[in-house]
Amino acid sequence: MSPYLEVLLKALAALGLMLVNGVVLIYMLRKVLGHFHLRLGPMRVGWHGTLQTIADVVKLLTKEDFNPSLTDKALFVVAPFVVFVPSFMAYLALPFHESLKFADLDNGLFYVFGVLAIVPVGVLMAGWASNSKWSLIGGMRATAQQIAYEVPLLLSVLGVVLIAGSLNLAEIVRTQQGLWLGFIPRWYIIPQFPAFVLFLIAGLAELNQTPFDMSEAESELVAGFVNEYSGMKFAFFFLAEFSNSFIISALAATVFFGGWLVPWYPDAPAWLCAMVFLIKTYVGIFVLMWIRGTLPRIRIDQLLAYGWKVLIPASLVWILVTGFVLKAVA
Amino acid sequence: MNDAAERAEEVAADSAVADEVGHVPGGVTAEGELVAPVLPKGLRRVPRGVDEVATEHLVVNMGPQHPSTHGVLHILLELDGEEIIAAEASLGYLHRGIEKLSEHRRYAHIGTLLDRADYLSGIHTETAFAMAVERMLEIEVPEKAWWIRCLLAEVNRIASHLVWLGTFGLDIGAMGPFLYCLRDREQLLDILETVTGARMMFNYVRPGGVLMDLPPETEPMIRKFLSTFDKYMSEYDELLSGNEIFLRRVKGIGIISPETAVAFGLTGASLRGSGFGWDVRKERPYGIYPELDFDIPVGSVGDCWDRYVVRMEEMRWAAKLTTQLLDGMPAGDFTAKVPRVLRPPAGEAYAAVESPRGELGVHVISDGSDKPYRLKIRPPALYNLAVIDEVLPGYKIADAVAIVGSLDIVLGEIDR
Repeated sequence: MSPYLEVLLKALAALGLMLVNGVVLIYMLRKVLGHFHLRLGPMRVGWHGTLQTIADVVKLLTKEDFNPSLTDKALFVVAPFVVFVPSFMAYLALPFHESLKFADLDNGLFYVFGVLAIVPVGVLMAGWASNSKWSLIGGMRATAQQIAYEVPLLLSVLGVVLIAGSLNLAEIVRTQQGLWLGFIPRWYIIPQFPAFVLFLIAGLAELNQTPFDMSEAESELVAGFVNEYSGMKFAFFFLAEFSNSFIISALAATVFFGGWLVPWYPDAPAWLCAMVFLIKTYVGIFVLMWIRGTLPRIRIDQLLAYGWKVLIPASLVWILVTGFVLKAVA
Repeated sequence: MNDAAERAEEVAADSAVADEVGHVPGGVTAEGELVAPVLPKGLRRVPRGVDEVATEHLVVNMGPQHPSTHGVLHILLELDGEEIIAAEASLGYLHRGIEKLSEHRRYAHIGTLLDRADYLSGIHTETAFAMAVERMLEIEVPEKAWWIRCLLAEVNRIASHLVWLGTFGLDIGAMGPFLYCLRDREQLLDILETVTGARMMFNYVRPGGVLMDLPPETEPMIRKFLSTFDKYMSEYDELLSGNEIFLRRVKGIGIISPETAVAFGLTGASLRGSGFGWDVRKERPYGIYPELDFDIPVGSVGDCWDRYVVRMEEMRWAAKLTTQLLDGMPAGDFTAKVPRVLRPPAGEAYAAVESPRGELGVHVISDGSDKPYRLKIRPPALYNLAVIDEVLPGYKIADAVAIVGSLDIVLGEIDR
C-alpha cells in the first residue's frame, strides 16, 4: 500500500472514530445526567431514544448557517475549526493496541498536551469575534483557566514519565505489564495515586467540565463563548468538547490504568485489548459525567487561585517526591 | 481646527447643561403648558469609563433573557473585568396590570388575578386580600376556615421554598437539587390540587372563608408527604450545604447589614437572615397563628449562607406547623354567610400576611360599589430586590447570580 494512502486511511479512521464517539457520548451524557436527575433522558426517537443524537445531527446539518451582523466574520468562521482540529489531532497519538496505532510518536504525551493547548486560542477567538460581551467574558475566562490548569495537568503526569522513562504513550503502557505480588496489576495508579488526583482535577478544568465550566457557565454567562453560534458551527464546538473528554479520559486510562492491557490475561488478542481500552476510557467519561451531575460550580477567582496556589505547587512537590524515591530505589 | 474647537465647546456646554438639569420629571406647568420629561442619559450611575488602572468598564445587560434571573428580570451591570462596579435592576417586563384590572372585577373575581401576581404562593395573596375585604365588611370568619387557610398557606410555603432551593442550586451551578426539589413539590401541588382544584391558580380563599371544605383524602396525602419530607430535606442539605464548593460560593457573599435591610424595607427570610427577627405571623398575628407553636429562625451575618439556612429552617418549621394544623383541625363551617355580591362600605383596609418572601400586603379602597376603587399589593420581593443596587457592587458576576438567587424573587409579584 502506498504510504500516502495509508496515512490518509488512518486519518479518516481517526475522524470516523471521533465522530462516532461524539454521537455516542452525547447520547450517554443525556442518559446519564437524566438518570442522575430522576429523569429518563431522551425516550422518543428510536428505542430508548437511541436515535436522538442522529436526529439532532441531521437537524444541525440542515440548519441555516447564521452569522450575526457586526461579528468579525473571518475569525467567527475560523474559530470552531481552531477548536475542532487540535482535538482531532490529539486522537492520532492514542495507542489502542501494539498493532492498533494511528501514529507511533516518541513524544506522544507531549504532543497531545501541545495540540490541546491550541484550544483556548480558538475559544478566545470565538469569544472575541462574536462581538457579544457575554461571549467575550466567556472567552477570557476560558483562556485564563486553561493557562492556569494546563501546567498542573502536564506536571501531574511527569511522575509517570520519570518511572517509565519515556514520553511515548505505547512505551508507557508497555512498562505497566505484569503483576505485583502475583495479583495486583502493575498500573501506575497505585504508586502515583496523588498524581492521578491532580490529573483528574486539572483534567476537569481543562475540559471545562463542572465544577470548572467557567467559560460557558450557563447560570452566569448564558452560554459563554458559544452564545452567538448556531447550527453546524455550534456542533463543531460541541463535538470538540466531547472528543476532548474522550482524549483526557483515554490519557488517564493509558497513563494510570494500563492502557490496552487486560489485567491477568497477558496474551489477550488485539480486538479484546482495544475493547478493554475503550471500556476503561468510557468508565472515566462516566465518572466525569457523574461529577457534572452532582457538583455546583466554583467561582472564577477561586478557580484561578486554586490552580496557581494549590495544584501547581502540589504537582511540583509530587515530582520531587517521585524523583527522590526513584533515586533511592535505584 | 476651528470646527473641532467649536464642537468641543458644544459638547462641554451640553454636558454642563445635563449636569445642571439632571433628571426633569416633566408634567404640566402652572400656565397649563406641557413639559417633556428629560431623562438621565444611560444608567443612573453613569459609567466611569476608566479607573486608575486604565481598564475600560463594560456595561452588560443581565437579562431579560438570561437563564438565572428567575423570569424576566433585567439587571444592568457595570463591570470592571469580572467585578461589579454598579448594578441597577430594570423592572416591568412581566407587568400585566393586575392592580388596574382588579378595579374592574367584582370582589369574588379578584382572587384569580391575585394568584397570578405571586404565582408560587397564591394562597398567601388570596388570604391577604380576603382579610382586607373581611375587615371592611366586618365579617366574622369561622374558625375552621382559618385552620384550612393556614394549613394550605404552610403547604404552599414549603412548595414555594422548594422552588427557591432548587433554583438557588441552579444559580450556583448544581443541577441535581433542582429536579429533586421539583419531585417533592409535585406531591405538594397534588395536595393543593385535591383541595382547591388547581395546581397553582387556586382562587380558593374567598372573603368570608374558603371555597370548599377539605376533601377527606387530604389528610393522608399530607401525612404521607410529611413522612418522607424530613429524609429528603436532610438529603438536600447534604447535597448543597455539605459541599465545600457550595459553602465557598455562599459564605460571606452578599452581606446585608440589619440596618441596610431595614432601610430598604426587606422582609421575610431576607430580613431574618440579617439577624432581625421580624415575622408577620408573630408581630401582627393573624388567623390561628397565635395558637400554634413555632419559632422564627434568625441568621447572624446576613450573607447568602444565612438566608439559605433561614429558609431551610423555615421549611422544617412549616412541616411541623402542617402537622400541628392537621392534628388540631376543628369541625365546623368552612365559610361565613356572605352575600353573593360583596359591597364593602366606603373606606379602606390593609391586611398583610407572611408569604414565603416576606410581608405580603394588600390595600383595598372601596367606594361602596361592588368593585374596589383601588387595589394595591405590597410585593415583598420588590423590596427585597431593591437592595441589590446597594449590595452587588464589589462582588463578582457569579456572586450577583447567587445573591439575587438568595433573595428569592418572583417576577410575577414584582411587576404584577
